[in-house]
Parts: sequence; C-alpha cells; structure tokens
Amino acid sequence: MKVLSTGIGELIQPPDINAFREWNRTHKPKALIDKRMSEKEAVSKYLKDGYYIGIELYGTVRAPLSLVREIIRQGYKNLNCAGQGVYESDLLAAANTIKKLDWTYIGFEVYGLSNSARRAVESGFVEKVVEWSNAALSWRFKAAAMGVPFIPTRVMLGTDTYKYSAAKVVECPFTGMKLCLLPALILDVGFIHVHRADKFGNCQIDGISGFAAEMARASKRLIISAEEIVDEDVIRSQPDRTIIPYYLVDAVVEAPFGSHPGEMSGLYERDERHIKNYANDSKDELLVKDYLNKWIYGVKNHKEYLDLVGTDKLDSMRIEGGNK
Amino acid sequence: MSDKNYNPNELLICIASRLMEDRATCFIGTGIPMLAASLAQKMHAPNLISIFEFGGIGAQLEKLPLAVGDMRTFNKGLVAAGICDIMEAGQCGFVDYGFLGGAQIDMYGNLNSTIIGDDHDKPKVRLPGSGGGNDVGSTCWQTIIIMQHGKRRFMPKIDFITTPGYLSGPGAREAAGLPPNTGPYRVVTDLCTLGFDENTKRMKLFALNPGITLNDVVDNTGFELIITDKIEQNDEPSVEELQILRKEVDQDRYYI
Repeated sequence: MKVLSTGIGELIQPPDINAFREWNRTHKPKALIDKRMSEKEAVSKYLKDGYYIGIELYGTVRAPLSLVREIIRQGYKNLNCAGQGVYESDLLAAANTIKKLDWTYIGFEVYGLSNSARRAVESGFVEKVVEWSNAALSWRFKAAAMGVPFIPTRVMLGTDTYKYSAAKVVECPFTGMKLCLLPALILDVGFIHVHRADKFGNCQIDGISGFAAEMARASKRLIISAEEIVDEDVIRSQPDRTIIPYYLVDAVVEAPFGSHPGEMSGLYERDERHIKNYANDSKDELLVKDYLNKWIYGVKNHKEYLDLVGTDKLDSMRIEGGNK
Repeated sequence: MSDKNYNPNELLICIASRLMEDRATCFIGTGIPMLAASLAQKMHAPNLISIFEFGGIGAQLEKLPLAVGDMRTFNKGLVAAGICDIMEAGQCGFVDYGFLGGAQIDMYGNLNSTIIGDDHDKPKVRLPGSGGGNDVGSTCWQTIIIMQHGKRRFMPKIDFITTPGYLSGPGAREAAGLPPNTGPYRVVTDLCTLGFDENTKRMKLFALNPGITLNDVVDNTGFELIITDKIEQNDEPSVEELQILRKEVDQDRYYI
C-alpha cells in the first residue's frame, strides 16, 4: 500500500495489536468473578500516572463523573486523554491533570467554549494537542476493538484537521482511491457509565450508546460505573441488551446519579443550574479552584458528593416513569 | 403576515429552517441547527428526519436538545444507535444535508472551528475543535452552514481548515479523496443567504435578508463575492414562525 502523506501530529499512543492480544489473554479473566468495588479502589488499583485514558460518553450525558471526580481527588498529574468532552474534560483540565490530548471536541455546547481547556492549551500546560474528527476518534476505538492496527476512512482528507493529526493518506490497494488511515487507539484505562451492570460487569445502556461498545473493546483496563448493580438474572432475561460483556470489564462501581450534573436517559434530567453556574465560573480560574475544593476535594466520596447536592435536588431531577 | 420585532438570531433560525426539506435526512450539529430543525418540524417539514452524531435518528423534536447526545435527540425517535452507526451512514451516502456552524469561513466554504492564530501549538484562542464538523463536511451530500456575518468571520484566508468546503477550488475535494458530488450548498447568515458558483466553486450571493443592502453584505465580507443580477429576497419571519420559535422551540430562551 502506497503511503501518500502523513499528518505531523504525534501518535501519542502507538497501537501494538499483538501486545493487546497477549494482554487480553493474560490480564482479563474469562471466568465470572465479582468485580464490585468503590470508586477509590477502582481508580487507585488500575490508574497510574502517565497513563492514557478515555471517558465515555461526554460531560453532560451519561458520563462516569463519580469516577472523574475520584481521578481528580487522587491528584493524577500526567495523564494523556482522548478529548471528546464537555464538563468532564474541563474539570480534568482545571485540575491540571492532562499532558497530551487527542482532541476532537472540548467545549460547552450551549454555553460556549471550555474555559479551563482553553487556559490549559493556550498557556502551554497541555504539552501536545493532536487533532481528529469525532468519527475518527470513534473509528480509532473501532479498529482496536476489531483487533487491527488501523482503519481506512473517508474523513479528514484535504484539511488541517488531517495535517495536525497522526493519520496517513494512502492509495487504496483495491480501488486506487485516496483513503485516510486512522491508527487504532488502545486505552490504558477506559471509564464508562451505564444504566445497569451485574457484579461480573455485563452492562446494559438505555438510549443512544455513543461510543461505549467500541471504547469498551479498546481498553486494557475498563472501569464501569453503573446507576444500579442488578442481579445476574436481570441480564440473563434480556441478553440482547448487553452492550459490554463482562470479560472486557475490570471493575464495577455502583454510582446512583453517577452522571450528575449530567443526565441519564430515562432516569434523570441534567442539573441545568449546576452546569450553567459551572460554565460561568469556569471563566475565572479562582472560581474554578473554589468549585474543585467544594465539589471534589472537599468530599471524600460519591456518597458525600450526593449529600452535598441534596436529596431534594436529586429527586427533582428524576424522570417520572423512570425505573428508579 | 410578518412581524418586524425580531432579533438577528431569530431571523437566522427561521431562514435556516426553511432550507430543511420535509422527508430529507438532516445531520444536525449543536446550536442554531437544533432550533432550525425543531422549527422546521413544527412548520413545513413534519417528516424531517433529524440525525444526531451520538446515535439519535428520527426524533420528534418537542423539546430543544441542549447537547447532541442528550435524550431529546432521540425523543420518540426511530433509532437510538451509536456514533459509528451515524458516521458510517454518512460515509455510505445516506445523509442528504449536514447543518454546521463555525468561527471562520473562506470563499470556498472551508470552515475553522479549531484555533484563532497562526501557530497550532500556541494558539491565541483554542476553539472547541472539529467534533463531528469535519465528518459532516466530508461525507454528507450537501452542507448548509449557519453563522454570523462579519469581516473577521468571512476571511480571505482562515487560520485553520477544520472542515472541508471546496478546499482550493474546482476538483480539489475529489483530488483530496473526498466522496464525489459532495460539498457546501448554502451559507445562511444574519445578512443574507449565499450559494456556490458551479464552475469556480466560489461563494456567491443568493438572497438578501429584509432591510439588508448589497453594500452591507460586501462591507462585511473579507473576500470578493460573486454577485449576479439575480439576487433573491428572503422573507421576514412570519408571525407563526416567531410564535412557534418563542413559545415552543426555545421557550427557555437559550439561544433567542
């Protein structure tokens, strides 16, 4: 296959597919074992400084925020990250957690730019930003999930998004057309929040599935937080709903309202005032520090966080007819 | 009947909304496109199929989505899938229109939503990045861009090509390997609607907004537009459009 050009961005996490296979053989038990633990145990057991992480879905929607808060609470400082994010990426940037980023979108949608991510990049604190499109990052996970080192696509061609990526343009060996090859992205640790999981890690999601299926299969370590840990029978009664099978999963953390202040489809709406206040505060570095002190460093765990939010507030977010 | 009391955003949303065809598949980006799609469904296009990047297809947009992955993007929808399903549908040619925004645009409809400044590694301003923008601009059959008009936005040379328009002109998309017969179709602004010249692929004035003169458009555009004798006139928002927009689409006034 003829390589026509290469993006100038750093390939932050080069894919080693054979090592990934070996890893999955030796580090992923195929037996059904109980993987329940707390946020604190899961993060300290599997995350090390310098690791490359990914967080699904994003910020205000079904995001594993109790885990993100735990990452920040434990004070990691040199993580590399797949940057598809809103609120959670802003928090990680605000806590000076990120060194290198594969970036597709970090912003606040209705509330504009991600101020903390802006500061972290414009000040040079984030050492390296490599550009990708949304499809590209998801397809990079898909390649890893397929167990192949790259995937050919028809996006990013002809643009600066390509130029500042680590993709390659090649001539297709079958058709002669130009294709953009994306390198597989294998995460050291992936974090995904789901509606329900059993103690073995079989996971079900209601509503859109984002890139959960692909990222779960692209993670050397996968930490799941779930609104509810259900009996194995619940999973077995609807096995067609299992989007993440147990053998991909290393830890299962029960985290009701784990996506707060974001939403959880069918269960609760997003906490608009909390998100809006944070988006406003994030314009000021000192106010962000106050926020981190109050909502993350100032509480020991997710339960204390939820106490701080308050039962009345949480109850007001619940969707009528939701199954909780 | 029209109502003269409207703001520039309301006008932008109404005009973009009229471009959304009933029964077409439309990829909806964050922000103004969401409002335009919701308004279109409640006006002339009840069977508009909205497509949102994280998996929602064919929603009934009763409440305004605030995120392209939130549950309103598949409210009473046909499909709740994942991002790969959506992007692969686009790559396979199933998406008729893609609706996008951006910070800067050039005469070929190339869009920047990545950085302001000339050094990628030390940007003056870091913007949100491509997100699904590049994918939409690469794979949808026709892209419709919605943005505010101004010299600092309509530039001879943009700081970064995040999303491909016609790149450097005729034949450039195909030469880069992008799917044939794709590209920008319209640019909707608070001043006018623009199209693209078939031969040169350069931006041309298509229609003026109410009360806007040709000079207003020229003065606010940083590059030479193609101007022909045939310039249409966009209608003002109707009373019905404004009423639906204010009372149903964005009653909490996030955008208007």
